Amino acid sequence: MKRAPLDAPNDNPADGVPPGDDEVTGLPGFRTWRRVYLFVFGCFVLAVVFLALFSRHFA
Amino acid sequence: MSLLDYLVVIGTMVGIAVFGVWRTRGIHNPSTYFKGDRTMGWGTIGISVMATQASAITFLSIPGQGYESGLGFVQNYFGLPLALIIIAVAFLPIYRRLGVYTSYEYLGRRFDGKTRLLGAGLFLLQRGLAAGVTIYAPAIILSAVLGWRLDLTILFTGLLVIVYTVTGGSEAVSLTQRYQMAVIFAGMVTAFVVLLIKLPAGLGFTDAAALAGSLGKLEAVDFSFDPDRRYTIWSGMLGGLFLSLSYFGTDQSQVQRYIGGASLREGRLGLMFNAVFKIPMQFSILLLGALVFVFYQFEKPPVFFNQATWQAAAQSGDAAAFRAVEEKFAATHGEKQEKIDAWMQAKRAGDPAVEATARASVLEWHRRSEAVRGEARALLVAADPDAKTKDSDYIFITFVLNYLPHGAIGLLVAVIFAAALSSKASELNALGTTTAVDFYRHLHKTPVDDAHYVRAAKWFTAMWGLFAIGFALFARFMENLIEAINILGSIFYGVVLGLFLVALFLKRIGGTAVFIAALVAQALVVVLYFSLTISYLWYNLIGCAACVGLSLLLQWVLGSRSPAREAGLS
Repeated sequence: MKRAPLDAPNDNPADGVPPGDDEVTGLPGFRTWRRVYLFVFGCFVLAVVFLALFSRHFA
Repeated sequence: MSLLDYLVVIGTMVGIAVFGVWRTRGIHNPSTYFKGDRTMGWGTIGISVMATQASAITFLSIPGQGYESGLGFVQNYFGLPLALIIIAVAFLPIYRRLGVYTSYEYLGRRFDGKTRLLGAGLFLLQRGLAAGVTIYAPAIILSAVLGWRLDLTILFTGLLVIVYTVTGGSEAVSLTQRYQMAVIFAGMVTAFVVLLIKLPAGLGFTDAAALAGSLGKLEAVDFSFDPDRRYTIWSGMLGGLFLSLSYFGTDQSQVQRYIGGASLREGRLGLMFNAVFKIPMQFSILLLGALVFVFYQFEKPPVFFNQATWQAAAQSGDAAAFRAVEEKFAATHGEKQEKIDAWMQAKRAGDPAVEATARASVLEWHRRSEAVRGEARALLVAADPDAKTKDSDYIFITFVLNYLPHGAIGLLVAVIFAAALSSKASELNALGTTTAVDFYRHLHKTPVDDAHYVRAAKWFTAMWGLFAIGFALFARFMENLIEAINILGSIFYGVVLGLFLVALFLKRIGGTAVFIAALVAQALVVVLYFSLTISYLWYNLIGCAACVGLSLLLQWVLGSRSPAREAGLS
């Protein structure tokens, strides 16, 4: 019996999650995970900019 | 500490532990015991991930680091957000899809048993030894400052965490971490508020920050390309990226916190919670230390914060010399304080020339004050060659004990215990699970039911907890070993990450190639560590790159993988 590739979608019903449902973020304004990750990365960039400006202002 | 303080400490710590035991009693299901409640949401997961990393040393050492060296340490976390995004995209879906209990179980399915055991073995070695250090390190500080018996402090901390971690497994850990983090948050906010209140009248946050900045405490971002500089934006983003990828993506003490939960979505959001809030959290703790520094410009600090060591050395050495350096420090500090007052007045008067002159005077007297502290350290070593001259771990706790009101003192000491218990619980849970799943279950050939493995995991968890206590009790005699163990993490993480990156992204590489590559890469990192003086963060990158590069080379030498291996699961 051929084994499924390691990174194939998991159709195991025991997992309880329909295929593709993991892509639903459930967040208002962030329909896709890509948007969530971009937002998080944007927060990081803002944090670095803030810290650099904070340093420059008070140093 | 007053009776109220002791009631706050013991009440919160024992109360949380008892609650954890009561809520998770009777768990025999391996999924719940190893991964936690299946209804766990992203908030619990996010807090659990954060609490696991935030140990007692975070709240003892990092404010002290902010006091001594400023905010630069925050750069260590610059690689964390991108690392967590990568983990959410690539690591977590694989772990959930395969339904693994440990990250090393994935290595076994992807490669072979020996690679799985190598990954799990490196984790048990590094984390198992560190488990004793993470009990010992805060205990020695609290014992020295509060006068508690060191052995009882270690036993109290260790036994308390063993009880609820053994009883409820991963669910007990996540449940108690929610309340421990609440204590931590309340304590840190209290410390901030009290600190700002206790600053001299008329000295607001802006003036305090200006003073800290003029004395070099607020340089958070260093753009230097010098590889010998300990913390820069580049070492933080690149070296920190690989450190965070390894720690959060492969270290079972973290993986176990987020592979459970209601769905992949909850795990991802829990990781993103940390990606957003970790840097602000670390910045806040470092800033607290910088503000403690400002506070001590207007209140005379001890010349050496570890007063237990100082007093012991003074009694055994030249007491008159110790008194003389204390008086010299007091006089120097008094002069500096006058210069600071003059500078503040010049700032308010708005005369740039006078302000610049006054500021230069402050810097000069700060340099003289630091020189006297250097004399104090030299005196200490002369009296006791084995004495530790680094006292930054004692700065924040000294401030707490001397300047916070009763009740708040208890709360801040509870913060330290809460942090110790929360990170220790995750460690023991992971050590017990890895031992049970990757070694015992993997090597145990006789068929048994799942409840057997839960019982085995409980025994292994207790065993590791007792090992950690035992190590901590005897660690006082092996200070150099403690330092060596702390170094182990920075040496091992890169290679372990290399194993997982090969597993995830280089499908053509088989178990034999990556196994040999990992061993060679590990040896290389050890050699380089003792040969170079670069920031330890770079070893994560070096170890990972060496493991991946050597894997590619060895697989090319060994030839293409067999068709059977191409199917994926071993």
